[in-house]
Amino acid sequence: MVLKRNVSLASALRYKGQGPMLTYILHRIGGVGMAVFVTVHILASFVGGKAGIFANSIYESWLFQIFIFFCVLFHAINGLRITISDLWPKLIQHQREAIWVEWAVFLPIYGIAVYIIIRAALGG
Amino acid sequence: MTTTKSRNLPLAKRGINFEMIMWIFTRLSALAMYALILFAIIGALIMGARTQMNMADVLRWGFMPNLSHVQNTNVPDIAPWSTPFWRAVGSLLLLVATAHGVHGLVVICDDYIVTPRGRQIVRFISIVFMIAMIVIGLYVVWTL
Repeated sequence: MVLKRNVSLASALRYKGQGPMLTYILHRIGGVGMAVFVTVHILASFVGGKAGIFANSIYESWLFQIFIFFCVLFHAINGLRITISDLWPKLIQHQREAIWVEWAVFLPIYGIAVYIIIRAALGG
Repeated sequence: MTTTKSRNLPLAKRGINFEMIMWIFTRLSALAMYALILFAIIGALIMGARTQMNMADVLRWGFMPNLSHVQNTNVPDIAPWSTPFWRAVGSLLLLVATAHGVHGLVVICDDYIVTPRGRQIVRFISIVFMIAMIVIGLYVVWTL
């Protein structure tokens, strides 16, 4: 069985999936981001030495921390929403409201963390 | 607003296959990781926070209770952090997270690689990758 899609990239980008589609994309980006980070992190602590210190210097930079914290926090909160609505399928009807709640939980935590990361990066 | 009724087939008609087991595993392992991380944070609070350990170090320990996550910080007493108990908790988190993550990567690959041959190759690579990461990870947790 070979799946064939007749959707061009341009029309895919114009697809109005709105909230659920956005969380789906961000969940995927977050998952891949974490997988790459954890792989590099385990390998770096295994290899150690100069390569390990070099890898350390990458993920100690504030830009990377802002990115990886987005991945972890969004993936965790969105994953919890998916888990809850999948274990109690009746709740799927309310998924748009659940996504609003999700952003209401995510944005304050992420905002505070980004503020602290940038404040630390500026040296104080 | 239109309400869509979810289709609920009984388990006997739906059948149990590997993909279904992994679907439920992904959900349950997410909950398990929440529990393990919370557990490690509580452990870090008991062992270190009362000695002015900062929040970033507590969280770093929480996401992976592994000795190398505290030995470079200014934690005075390393001994409580390197017990077999915490290495076992770390190993459990490693196993759950690796299985969850590698299955997630396979699901993503399946969206873009659609030929049966390609999917076979993806599965082979993912199994090799998963075993390698588990072995290396366990080595790091138990020896460093």
